[in-house]
Amino acid sequence: MATTGIDAPGRAKIAAKTLRTDRWWVQPLFTFLALTAFVVYSTWRVFMNKYYYSDPYISLFYSPCLAGSCVPGAQFAGAPITWWAFSPALLIAWIPLAFRFTCYYYRKAYFRSFWLSPPACAVAEPHGSYSGETKLPLILNNVHRYALYLGLVLNVILTWDAILAFRNPDGSWGHVGLGTLILTLNAFCLWMYSLSCHSCRNAVGGRITHFSKHPVRYQMWTFISKLNTHHMRWAWVSLSTVVIADFYVYLAASGAISGSWV
Amino acid sequence: MTYKAKLRVWRGDDESGDLKNYEVDVNEGEVVLDIVHRLQATQAPDLAVRWNCKAGKCGSCSAEVNGKPRLMCMTRMNTFTEDEVITITPMRTFPVIRDLVTDVSYNYAKARMVPAFAPPADLEPGDYRMAQVDVERSQEFRKCIECFLCNNVCHVMRDHEDNKASFSGPRFLMRIAELDMHPLDTVDRRQTAVEDHGLGYCNITKCCTEVCPEHIHITDNALIPLKERVADRKYDPLFSVASLFRKGKEKRAAAPATPKG
Repeated sequence: MATTGIDAPGRAKIAAKTLRTDRWWVQPLFTFLALTAFVVYSTWRVFMNKYYYSDPYISLFYSPCLAGSCVPGAQFAGAPITWWAFSPALLIAWIPLAFRFTCYYYRKAYFRSFWLSPPACAVAEPHGSYSGETKLPLILNNVHRYALYLGLVLNVILTWDAILAFRNPDGSWGHVGLGTLILTLNAFCLWMYSLSCHSCRNAVGGRITHFSKHPVRYQMWTFISKLNTHHMRWAWVSLSTVVIADFYVYLAASGAISGSWV
Repeated sequence: MTYKAKLRVWRGDDESGDLKNYEVDVNEGEVVLDIVHRLQATQAPDLAVRWNCKAGKCGSCSAEVNGKPRLMCMTRMNTFTEDEVITITPMRTFPVIRDLVTDVSYNYAKARMVPAFAPPADLEPGDYRMAQVDVERSQEFRKCIECFLCNNVCHVMRDHEDNKASFSGPRFLMRIAELDMHPLDTVDRRQTAVEDHGLGYCNITKCCTEVCPEHIHITDNALIPLKERVADRKYDPLFSVASLFRKGKEKRAAAPATPKG
């Protein structure tokens, strides 16, 4: 345990690492379990390299499907990366991974629940030294905005995927299955998560000092600021819809579910 | 409706100390500071405690109640059960002077390191004119009562004494953000935020926001926006290139060197 912190010379001599009496460990434990479960699930799916397309639905882990090995119907823009020999998801999945890893909410989540730095407020952390985000690799969290920009491009594609989910197998419009609703809901949640991002808030107007000279950007900043207060909620909701949407496509593509309602 | 509360109060100085048990009368509507005063008046006249307004506005009675950084005057006794043992200690990030009183001079040293508000040289006092939308972001931070609970709970210093030299804590990073967002301030504070005040140490765990008795959104409205402003300048090459061509580009000077705390 830390010996230079609450035990430092001059401070009140109290042996306990924390005197909190509430169940402070519940939240970091829940966060740890939930994020671990997501990492395990997404890793399983990304490396599976099958059951990611069931007309008209495509899994978001594999969209846009750019590799030459993508199954017919799932290919995006002619699947130009013909030399790629691994799962097509590996070409894409690093973008949402980077976006969420550098996200200001998830930073709080994993610093508390995985790195215990700190596990909870006023609970001593178990590390002897701490440099925060001043050195590699964590200093790279400062480029969160680039992950946001790439994430927004993916959101456009996933929204297009949701629109295509309204097509019937013959290509005509009007299909509405449970998958259509799930993909649409997922796209909506991903937009809400992305737009409520702190970097987005800075980009639309936060960096301005004179709001009065930029009334349109001020209105945008005000709107994003309202969304931003719910960023944690959208982080969790969108993470859940990602899993639900992908698992639904997995069930449909693997034949576990079938019928006109799908 | 009176009952006897079971208290454990830390008694000692910078050399030694321990938690002492007391039983003190509690009346309806009282707060922890009332009970500490009654303890002082009836059983422990030498108990040291710093207080002033008893209204949550002076920031003097900062302490830790059941391990949580709190203002004693704003912690109501009816939030505890009658048979609950209530543990009261001094803030654990700063050197203790005696009993519940700590030496918070670290904070004043860091405050002196923040370059003062610098209006345009040709603008006389009394001629300041600002639109409300331009100043309201900064006004939230002016609610700060200097209780230093945010700096006390911040693990960067609380758990790592050696970081105190290079990190000023959320209180003074918020002050820098306040000035950087001020429409009449002419100084670029992004460099000093990183180099002199250790902005990079902050890892957004939001404990400062959780304990703020004024409910200032320190992390979301000050620290993260300041990190983003620093990223504009320091980590975003596209933004830097775009700034070269922007009409009316910023003409702010870097903050002057400040004395180290």
